[in-house]
Amino acid sequence: MTDKTVIIGLEIHCQLNTKTKLFCGCSTDFQGDEPNTHVCPICLGLPGAMPRLNKQAVLYALKVAKALNLTVPEVSEFSRKNYFYPDLPKGYQISQYDKPIAEKGIMEVDDDEGHPKNIRITRIHLEEDPGRLIHKTSRDRAGYSLVDYNRSSIPLIEIVTEPDLRSPKEARRFLNKLRSTLEYLEVFDGEREGSIRVDANISIKGHNRVECKNISSYKGVEKALNFEITRQRNLIRKGQRIEQETRHFLEGRGITTSSRSKENENDYRYFPEPDLRPLRVSGWVDDIVLPELPDARRERFMTQYGISENHARTLTGDLKVANFYESVADADSAIAAIWVADILLGEINYRSMRIDDVPTMNIADLIALIRDDTITDKSGVEVLRVMLDHCMGDNVETCEMPADIVTRLGLTKAAGDDFTAVIGEVIAANPNAVADYHAGKKGAVNFLVGQVMKATRGRADPKELNRVMADALKETEE
Amino acid sequence: MVLENDVEGIAKLADIHIQKEELGEFTSQFNHILEYFDILDTVSDGEEGKADLVNVLREDVVTPSLTQEAACANAHETEDGHIRAPRVM
Amino acid sequence: MVKEYFFEKTDRTNAFITRLGLAMYEETGGPLEGKGIAVKDNISTAGIPTTCGSRILAGYVPPFDAHVVTRLREAGAAIVGKTNMDEFGMGTTTENSAFGPTTNPHDASRVPGGSSGGSAAAVGDGMVDMALGSDTGGSIRCPAAFCGIVGLKPTFGRVSRYGLIAYSNSLEQIGPLGRTVTDVNTLMSVIAGPDPRDTTAYDRPYTHTPSGEIAGMKIAVPEEFFGEGVDPAVAESVRNAIGKLEDAGAETMTCSIPSMAYALAAYYVTCTSEASSNLSRFDGVRFGPSVETKRSWHDEFRDHRGTLFGKEVQRRILLGTFALSAGYYGKYYAKAQVARENVRKDFLRIFKDADIIAGPTMPQIAFKLGEKSDPLSMYLADILTVPANLAGVPAISVPCGTVDKMPVGLQLIGRHFEEERVVDAAFAYEMEVA
Ligand SMILES: [Zn+2]
Repeated sequence: MTDKTVIIGLEIHCQLNTKTKLFCGCSTDFQGDEPNTHVCPICLGLPGAMPRLNKQAVLYALKVAKALNLTVPEVSEFSRKNYFYPDLPKGYQISQYDKPIAEKGIMEVDDDEGHPKNIRITRIHLEEDPGRLIHKTSRDRAGYSLVDYNRSSIPLIEIVTEPDLRSPKEARRFLNKLRSTLEYLEVFDGEREGSIRVDANISIKGHNRVECKNISSYKGVEKALNFEITRQRNLIRKGQRIEQETRHFLEGRGITTSSRSKENENDYRYFPEPDLRPLRVSGWVDDIVLPELPDARRERFMTQYGISENHARTLTGDLKVANFYESVADADSAIAAIWVADILLGEINYRSMRIDDVPTMNIADLIALIRDDTITDKSGVEVLRVMLDHCMGDNVETCEMPADIVTRLGLTKAAGDDFTAVIGEVIAANPNAVADYHAGKKGAVNFLVGQVMKATRGRADPKELNRVMADALKETEE
Repeated sequence: MVLENDVEGIAKLADIHIQKEELGEFTSQFNHILEYFDILDTVSDGEEGKADLVNVLREDVVTPSLTQEAACANAHETEDGHIRAPRVM
Repeated sequence: MVKEYFFEKTDRTNAFITRLGLAMYEETGGPLEGKGIAVKDNISTAGIPTTCGSRILAGYVPPFDAHVVTRLREAGAAIVGKTNMDEFGMGTTTENSAFGPTTNPHDASRVPGGSSGGSAAAVGDGMVDMALGSDTGGSIRCPAAFCGIVGLKPTFGRVSRYGLIAYSNSLEQIGPLGRTVTDVNTLMSVIAGPDPRDTTAYDRPYTHTPSGEIAGMKIAVPEEFFGEGVDPAVAESVRNAIGKLEDAGAETMTCSIPSMAYALAAYYVTCTSEASSNLSRFDGVRFGPSVETKRSWHDEFRDHRGTLFGKEVQRRILLGTFALSAGYYGKYYAKAQVARENVRKDFLRIFKDADIIAGPTMPQIAFKLGEKSDPLSMYLADILTVPANLAGVPAISVPCGTVDKMPVGLQLIGRHFEEERVVDAAFAYEMEVA
């Protein structure tokens, strides 16, 4: 019997968020702009144009290298990767080949049992993005392409791992952590469309390796890998051979298909880019100051704020969420952890909002209301929902303060005695439940309390209400 | 020694269509030239040149781009500001 | 103030691909004010078609000026047109042009040399005052020698290549052609200097007044420059010219460049490899004649490039593709780089004792049209010019007599960034024979 071990290695391409492109001064901020308006002779690959390397892109790559514990060799250089494709203006991509900017690093990630393990990073190199192709079909049904070169020469770093990952979930965790690390380093904007693209190498131990190209989302990586594992295991079970090949992931259908690439199409004929001089930047690494990274921040959250590891993990997974939490934690760090991690994130996700869209002042106010027992948790959720529903889009500035919503809707927590009348009404309206209660079905009290909560829109403190209800029911005993 | 087959393969890699009837002449010229290149076998392994210029870098400052009109001026077919290219699907 | 320059001279040699009957220039007080200057057609000119002598660039009008063109305009030059050339610079005769061959102004049955043959013929025939060419393996010096004019290939990196349509980036330089050393010196002073857009260029401006004072200058004469394949009559002419330099006070010595044995092979491997990649961008999408977009891209690119590139260009792209391909990189490209370093070391060794290396520019006088029909025999004609490109050093060709009524060129090669000394030696020779 063959071993069932799954072996996965990733090549991750991430766009760096420099102001200008890798080899020209065109702005990278083109989202929503007309096609071919952020282009120049260099990124259009016009004859006679020459590349000029962006210093910031080099510094960003070094920052990532340092954060992932890579070594920066004394000399690195750019090479041309030669291949033809209609989106590739020069007929080659300026990339790095045998002298990448950084080599041999490590990132720790939890395995499926929750134990930390090291994933080896083979290398990091800098390269340029091609343009963007749109496939069109004309009236006579013949297809053609449209090219927009705004994306051409956007700086990418390619991060290559050793085949150390053992499951699709582990790969997903690795990517999530990588993403949050890059965001903490402020070199990457994960919210940008197409900002990350992954090629995955996957095999079942003892069998040929398949390269899955073209995966452009985090979810997609897990899907593509799961599909491939199933496909490969089925072939093995049937006694068939797994072809060593390149397959394309079709995001929409969640499957991979053979790209039938012939051997010589992968002969990229790398050679050193003669228009660029080498880099000697190993000495620059010492001057790079790293910010606090996700692991360190998680530890600090647990000690400084006394919150659970789970909360700390959720709150530090995203740089913006972590910053958000810290700016509202003052009111009460434990309540803030619950409200941000367990409630707020879900509510904004449901509304397709981003954490930046929520004013910290308002959430701090809400947390204070909870802390001071001014409103119940249930009312808190209602206040939050009302607030978020009205401060979406352009209304952030005028976002209503929770205290005002509480006043407007009359949600101030009331003592149980204030509900005597309501309790009386509920008891009168539900004789069956009361009878059940007296017959020994103590669960009936929950139903009655629920009815009171409903009638009072959650303003009552449930504990208090339970006590008052029990007293009221006793009085109805014959 | 390369064969017509090899030249055809190289032409494919270079995306250049060579007419069948020209292949023979190309191949024999190729072999002549490659034979001459064999003199490089007499070069013993050694160092390649080292560049004296290093770290020639540009600051991350935006410079003006071309207008869409200028960018597309030399393209034969455009559509909604895009440049038309042969199909890939 | 913008002034008009009427360019009406007859083009007997087919020197031009594009002519501007009326060229404008700016009264800048610059050193080229009012001079008619021709520019090789592989140097980008905003608003003026730039074809590289190729059908694949038919109709291409660059949206920007090459750095050297900007410098010409600032110096007050009237750019009168774009000159003929071997397609993409790939040739030694200017016969490989989609626009027909240029002929030699001294004999219409002979070639002007190449690949900057149009620039040399335009200067040699008195059509223009000076011209720009580019020199990858002799493409300025060869036509200068064949047409009886002066041509300088600068040190690699002294002149910005921004806007020069690349054939072989690591070897080529833009340089001046003129009828006298003084003209070449003037044009060199205009085009040299830093340009941030070419990150391989140095900040080494050129400001020099030629001086014939060469007493004590040490001139090395390599035996390989007078070896097999060099026409004895040409060799004799050049030896006489070196004698004149001795008359002017220079000291000569013999030397040897052993790496010459494989320099030509190293050159052709390097330039075809780089060319195979440089010329990939000619796919008909963003510029050049249109492609049929409803066809599959591989078929269409293949037919486009198979139809519109000339045979020599196709041959060199294929050679370079082969030299870089899996399994052959080590045997060809990598070896060529070691060979190249050996050439450089040979030059550095000789330049420890000598200031200048002297020899013929070309082993023969200008060929008859059609004489070099076999590619390899054409390549072999570059044997004396490619070493300076491999080493990156400056080299000038200055006319030194005739053989069969055709001009012969004396080649003077100097240390890196010592164009001044090379120019002085050429100037001294010019004065000595005046
Ligand atoms: Zn650009």
